[in-house]
Amino acid sequence: MTMPEPENHTPRQEFRFGADDMAVTPPRKPLNTVITNCPPSGIRRFFDIAQQMENVISLGVGEPDYVTPWRIREAGIWSLERGYTTYTSNSGLFPLRQRICSMLRRRYDAHYDPETECLVTVGVSEGLDLALRVVLNPGDEVLVPEPCYVSYIPCIEFAGGVAVPVKTDASDGFRLHADRIEAAITPRTKALLLGSPANPTGATQSREDLSRLVALANRHDFYLLSDEIYDRLTYVGAHTCLGSLPGARERTIVFNGFSKAYAMTGWRIGYICAPEPLTTLMTRVHQYTMLCAPHVSQVAAIEALDNAEPDVEAMVADYDRRRRLFVNGLNEIGLDCYEPKGAFYAFPSIRRSGLSSEEFAERLLMEERVAVVPGTAFGPSGEGHVRCSYATALPQLEQALERMGRFMRRTTECNTDTGVTAGAGR
Amino acid sequence: MREILKVLERDGRATPRQIAAQTGIPEEKVTQLLAEGEASGVIRRYKAVIDWERFGDERVFAFIDVKVTPARGVGFDDVAERIYRYPEVHSVYLVSGTQDLRCVVEGRTIREIADFVAQKLSTIDRVNSTSTHFLLKKYKDDGDIFAESETDHRLMVTP
Repeated sequence: MTMPEPENHTPRQEFRFGADDMAVTPPRKPLNTVITNCPPSGIRRFFDIAQQMENVISLGVGEPDYVTPWRIREAGIWSLERGYTTYTSNSGLFPLRQRICSMLRRRYDAHYDPETECLVTVGVSEGLDLALRVVLNPGDEVLVPEPCYVSYIPCIEFAGGVAVPVKTDASDGFRLHADRIEAAITPRTKALLLGSPANPTGATQSREDLSRLVALANRHDFYLLSDEIYDRLTYVGAHTCLGSLPGARERTIVFNGFSKAYAMTGWRIGYICAPEPLTTLMTRVHQYTMLCAPHVSQVAAIEALDNAEPDVEAMVADYDRRRRLFVNGLNEIGLDCYEPKGAFYAFPSIRRSGLSSEEFAERLLMEERVAVVPGTAFGPSGEGHVRCSYATALPQLEQALERMGRFMRRTTECNTDTGVTAGAGR
Repeated sequence: MREILKVLERDGRATPRQIAAQTGIPEEKVTQLLAEGEASGVIRRYKAVIDWERFGDERVFAFIDVKVTPARGVGFDDVAERIYRYPEVHSVYLVSGTQDLRCVVEGRTIREIADFVAQKLSTIDRVNSTSTHFLLKKYKDDGDIFAESETDHRLMVTP
């Protein structure tokens, strides 16, 4: 059977524009200046190089080497089988928010109402973006202890704010000094953004130092944005949830998620806990931009909170063993490293090599096939350091230490030959 | 000590030095605790987990459930002992349920295990019945998965 010709069929070419209308010109209006001025992440370049080499041991990975515990994966699979493939409420599944809030209360004595003070987000990354957009007006300043996670400063700028780095250093384990923070406060200071335990340093902040911070925030009236994604990976002392400190709650936004503790990076699921007025506004942005976090991930997260505690404890115990071995090993080969108390990063000083962070990372990759991330990827105050992730199997860590030791012997010998003394920074 | 045992449970070849590095316990202390653990029998012995099938050896395993009449004074213990003394018997457990003893027996052929059941096991006094299940494929044994491990899908460098 043949299809009848449409009666009013008009040949296509008759719709063509005339040659003048079709003049193609490249767009000339400049794109967003904030974003075009933002440099790409310093991590990117090393990724491109390392990806093309063979036999590389990567200590450059900012995520667990574990696969998500099976019981959590199985819960996700089950949710798909049962057809949980829809949107959820903007704030996230209520049973999940209930569990998050009761876990925070039980673990840290931090009190949030699951109805109005908890928002399930697409990882901490989205949470941070929401918070910054809600807190900042154009030109507002955000204090950021540095070195810091690569996204902090770009996200502040994308939200129209101005990042004001506050230097911390290895000599005292990257402690936050209230006086240094106070010195950076101006009338435009709107917030302080802090990660503890921290990426890239592995540093944790003590309850006392955090309390001083809270006092400062009250005195100078600024918000506290607390990224606590590595809370469960705390090996020395106990983690303090900033929102649980006296005087902190009303001006604090706590970010957390499932990526690190439960090895769920790819599920993109996290949460925000904050007082109602803040949560209401963050939910408003979230409802228009993201709608909701993935349903399957929310179901999996419920299983994580209900039943995966033994898995978390086993992983944390394992990270701790690697931490000890790796940090000792770094110190033995001349990469001086203070004790990182949380996360899964060591941030050793490379001064003895006489190289800059970039040179060190590049040469270590080329000559010994070990990928680390230059400290400068985390801000100028990361110069003189590299970030090494010990979320890597023990035999590989030992092998990496061997290669790095060889590299250090070569570079320090070379320094003596050329008259550069060990320890000379650049 | 628990920390040391956790390391050894995973890697029986870990040296005192490696254990010290992982646990933060001084090396001499580790050596001393290991000696104590060996002496007291907490550490029975060190062995490797071998996938014999991958190596190319064919071995036959069977789970044999045994129904036993218990006796005054000894319960099932004397019968269990008569069974576990055979070197081809890998394990013997007293279990709840319809059967009493669960044994794991190894042989070179099915025939060999059948002979063991017919001639040795069944003929032991107070053994009433046996039920033999031959192992067809080993997926996971004593915590070790005998399949290809999951590949690392992580990118080389991530923030």
